[in-house]
Amino acid sequence: MSLSPPHAASDVAGAPVPRRLRFWPRRRPGWTVMIAGVCLALIVIAAILAPWLAPHDPLEMSPANRLKPPGAEYWLGSDAYGRDLLSRVLYGARVSLIVGIGSALISVVIGLPLGILAGFFRGLDSLIMRVMDGLMAIPSVLLAIAIVSLISANLWTVMAAITIPEIPRVVRLVRSVVLSAREEPYVEAAVSLGSSLTTVMWRHLMPNTLAPLIVMSTYICASAILTEAILSFLGAGIGTETPTWGNIMSEGRTYFLIKPSLIFWPGIMLSICILSINLLGDAARDRLDPRLQKRGGAQ
Amino acid sequence: MSDDATHAELATAPVLEIRGLKVTTHASPAKPILEGIDFSIAPGETLCLVGESGSGKSVTSLAVMGLLPKGSLTVTGGRIALEGDALLDTSPRRLRELRASRMAMIFQEPMTALNPLMRVGEQIEEVLVMHRKGLSSAQRRERVLEMLDQVQLPDIERVYASWPHQLSGGQRQRIMIAMALVLEPKLLIADEPTTALDVTTQKQILKLIKQLQERHGTSVLFITHDMGVVADIADRVCVMRHGAVVETQPIAALLRRPQTDYTRQLLTAVPSLRPRAAREVTDREVVLEAIELEKRYGQTSRWARLSGRASAQTLAASEVNFALTRGRTLGIVGESGSGKSTVARCVMRMIEPTAGGVRVMGKDIASLGRAALRPHRKRIQMIFQDPFRSLNPRLTIGASLIEGPVNYGTPRGEALARAAELLALVGLPKDALARYPHQFSGGQRQRIAIARALAMEPDVLVADEAVSALDVSVQAQVLALLDDIQRRLGVAVLFITHDLRVAAQICDEVMVMQQGVVVEYGPASRVLGAPEHPYTRSLMLAAPGRHWDFSQFRPLEHVLEEAPTSASDAVVHP
Repeated sequence: MSLSPPHAASDVAGAPVPRRLRFWPRRRPGWTVMIAGVCLALIVIAAILAPWLAPHDPLEMSPANRLKPPGAEYWLGSDAYGRDLLSRVLYGARVSLIVGIGSALISVVIGLPLGILAGFFRGLDSLIMRVMDGLMAIPSVLLAIAIVSLISANLWTVMAAITIPEIPRVVRLVRSVVLSAREEPYVEAAVSLGSSLTTVMWRHLMPNTLAPLIVMSTYICASAILTEAILSFLGAGIGTETPTWGNIMSEGRTYFLIKPSLIFWPGIMLSICILSINLLGDAARDRLDPRLQKRGGAQ
Repeated sequence: MSDDATHAELATAPVLEIRGLKVTTHASPAKPILEGIDFSIAPGETLCLVGESGSGKSVTSLAVMGLLPKGSLTVTGGRIALEGDALLDTSPRRLRELRASRMAMIFQEPMTALNPLMRVGEQIEEVLVMHRKGLSSAQRRERVLEMLDQVQLPDIERVYASWPHQLSGGQRQRIMIAMALVLEPKLLIADEPTTALDVTTQKQILKLIKQLQERHGTSVLFITHDMGVVADIADRVCVMRHGAVVETQPIAALLRRPQTDYTRQLLTAVPSLRPRAAREVTDREVVLEAIELEKRYGQTSRWARLSGRASAQTLAASEVNFALTRGRTLGIVGESGSGKSTVARCVMRMIEPTAGGVRVMGKDIASLGRAALRPHRKRIQMIFQDPFRSLNPRLTIGASLIEGPVNYGTPRGEALARAAELLALVGLPKDALARYPHQFSGGQRQRIAIARALAMEPDVLVADEAVSALDVSVQAQVLALLDDIQRRLGVAVLFITHDLRVAAQICDEVMVMQQGVVVEYGPASRVLGAPEHPYTRSLMLAAPGRHWDFSQFRPLEHVLEEAPTSASDAVVHP
């Protein structure tokens, strides 16, 4: 390191550096993660292409073909009303994914600004967090049953019932990230540069929350899919006119002894879907949050 | 110093001998970290390993201790011998025995090196439990108390039963030293043991290490970046750079006649303790003024008032008065907890002063609301200590630089053009605009932070320990840059530092603070040249290497001498 006058700037790094800040470090993912990704991709494709892939109308009843075994006409067999099980499972994926992704998105969209406000303003903090504590005390299944018994159950009411208890988790996470990030000198620097509070919050604080939020939203997505299935299974969810994995299983329960595949196929789809989302969420967490990463044989 | 050196040369078998030590990273294109290190330490000798960050001095010490992080660094060649025993081939079990009984290490952070969930006495005792199986618990306790006494801790029975958080940083470092020396090792490795401590505490710890070393005949491998400390304690010095030894010499010879250009540069970069001549006063306009500024922490709560309890308030700063004129530099110096940063943050209105006024260009901003404050914010800008945290890692340098001007209505294009000019001013290439902070070194980032502050065309720059995190050579460059900018733009600087050397070289006026109170305020040449207040004197006396003028390679004349009446250590002990 030479000591020439400052304008020579002799401490300019000569080492080649990557052009852009890498948000997602490139590394080969493990095989479990690959399998999970492929499974989830297949489920998503199946849900989107259900109208074209499904061999039958999922609602078309055919009393003559009740409880058929798998065959050329009904690949996975038919249910007690003679409806094609494969078509119903494919359509069921749509509801599950919409509820899962929708709940995750809505809870982030509502929770993120609330969390930033709570983390930034001391006055709002106690107010927002007490409301969140209240919401957290509500079990989602009971809330859903209450809402559904007051108003008719449709996709939106079920989604609302699932989302509301998830919002406090998002708010808490965002708040904790903001609380530590606001102590960073670059945030203080932004304040002394005359940046408005909204600029400070959105430009300097919010990006810190994105990585943990991505991870959190995968967990919310998985748990929302599961809760939706539970609600449908209990009969408190979306009506049987819309096939969901939950209500297919619910109807199949009656015929479990003579035709277990009515529960098996939607059940296995549900399990694979949730396992895949959770595995991908774990992988995202390992990548985005270096503190939680497994340490390779450190001391 | 030179007597010790000859004594070292006379000694026969070295305690530690390192020959051709090579360490590389574990990554697939293995990057060399150490490229053939050679040195040895004689019995009772102190060898200082000096170098800037990234020179490999800490890796060397970890390699000796066998503590290189597994899976990231490996020894690929060479030999390390402790009293003739090759360390690199021994079993982990044997190495563990050696680590406690024949070599020991103390670290920079006494805070994190102690287990917070164990009483400190038990932690020292644990070493004895592991390695001195024959001792009864009463004997162990007695031995630990004896060690606590040796490291000069007060009230050793109480300290024995204390938790780490109940002790000060200096006391914790004494505990670490007691733990390291309880088995009387032949070699003590000290990795920047005083860097996190205040100068007066540092002086005591260095003295303690020296005393214990003489008493037990321990050899010390002392790792530091501070040439002042080196001048005070070393028998021999080994200068490292980029994983290689640049030169090894007895201390007296190194300070007078450095053999290599690098050592010469390293020494020249050390700022002199002798204050530079004050600059001529060209402008009498006061740009920043503090009037009876006060900051208290811990407001009386309603509950405390109702229950009639005395409020636990801390006076972080009180009755602070100063006036800074255009183009001048005022330094605020003091140890941790003196309130110097509190004053800076009050002046910046990052925290609210509890009383008093802050006038920026004659306008009192101490009690302005957020909106009313906004037009005045741009007049006063801050440069932070940690260049790795003061720039938003997600924004390009360009985006960071134009944020301020755009906030005050400058069009983007114009602001970007100005940002490019500013980068040239602070000595960075224009293409830096499109890059991200992580692509720059610490010194470069500090230049960027300076450019960002200057983009607002402020009248006052507040620099809070702005060069403390930098290596000396980079520090010298950044200080030269600040000086140059001040001359060109006539900006006034409020410079907060704990480093008297830096203060002596950059400040026109100096204000010394102790526990929230200003104890001395005046021209730098007077305050640092002929201090009046006992606290200022004790700070000057504690400055490491104060007898030596590093850049001139000769001893300083007219050094401040300790007053014969008072023991300087006792004056300021917190």
